Amino acid sequence: MPGIGVLNDDAPRPIKVVLNWGRRYSLWVFNFGLACCAIEFIAASMARHDFIRLGVIPFAPGPRQADLMVVSGTVSDKMAAAIRRLYDQMPEPKYVISFGSCANSGGPYWDSYCVTKGVDTLIPVDVYVPGCPPRPEALLQGIIRLQEKIASETLSNKSIRAKYAGSRRAGAGEVTRPLLTQPQATQSK
Amino acid sequence: MPPESTLRPLVRLSRVSPYLTVAGVVLAGGLLFVAAMGVRLILAPRAPTAMKLTTYECGVDPVGEGWAQTNVRYFLYAFLYVVFAVDAVYLFPWATVIRSPDLGLASLVEMAIFILVVLIGLAHAARRGLLRWV
Repeated sequence: MPGIGVLNDDAPRPIKVVLNWGRRYSLWVFNFGLACCAIEFIAASMARHDFIRLGVIPFAPGPRQADLMVVSGTVSDKMAAAIRRLYDQMPEPKYVISFGSCANSGGPYWDSYCVTKGVDTLIPVDVYVPGCPPRPEALLQGIIRLQEKIASETLSNKSIRAKYAGSRRAGAGEVTRPLLTQPQATQSK
Repeated sequence: MPPESTLRPLVRLSRVSPYLTVAGVVLAGGLLFVAAMGVRLILAPRAPTAMKLTTYECGVDPVGEGWAQTNVRYFLYAFLYVVFAVDAVYLFPWATVIRSPDLGLASLVEMAIFILVVLIGLAHAARRGLLRWV
């Protein structure tokens, strides 16, 4: 049953302020570098535009150790299933920054046959950073905007249950309603 | 210099048994773990969907087993580890008894035999060329 710890719902405001402060200044980013925007992301993590000084530690080893996912680059339809599954494998609370115009809405490839038109068709996005590619300073501004958003958020039982209500629990490759016609068993195991 | 009686502490730290100190450290470590996990239990959000608990393999369905085979030649790392690190662990308690009058000499003879056996292993490793800098 999705939810939040018993104390967090009734916590007094100062404790929520402290928890939000801890959460927003210790983001560990799982970089989903797909295309040219990944180079700008790497530039933002290096010495000149360093985002470690904002508390964002780069290059989490996997989705299970991350709480921020930056989708940077063009999302092809083949990659969409992997993105959905990796987002599902991240533990709560998790945030997504959509970086670059391809991840925002398909970008210059809005008319292509195999580009997902925006990563927000797959996963809930918190901050959109426009640009083709955005400057590293734009990513820094996006991270600061996300930190302001986390500062003003309230995690509650209701919000988490709404996020995972009903069919939203389905991941990549899962269906929660019965198939219309059963697939034929063409080969024996 | 104020007299001794006004400075006497309640418990003199030199009189506390070392076993009690070690037990205190272990207890503090255990309490820290319990506190951290307890705070997580009462504060953290959780949403254990079926997808979240799947095995991680870069976003695709995992194939094959969890076990992989390594080449047997890497046993040499374990061999050198035993020769240096496990041997060093046994040398530490020897340092506490070497000065005692009844155990000192006997412990020297026993440790000499032990180190001799370990040295034979080290000589074998040197003969195999494992100690040469690559």
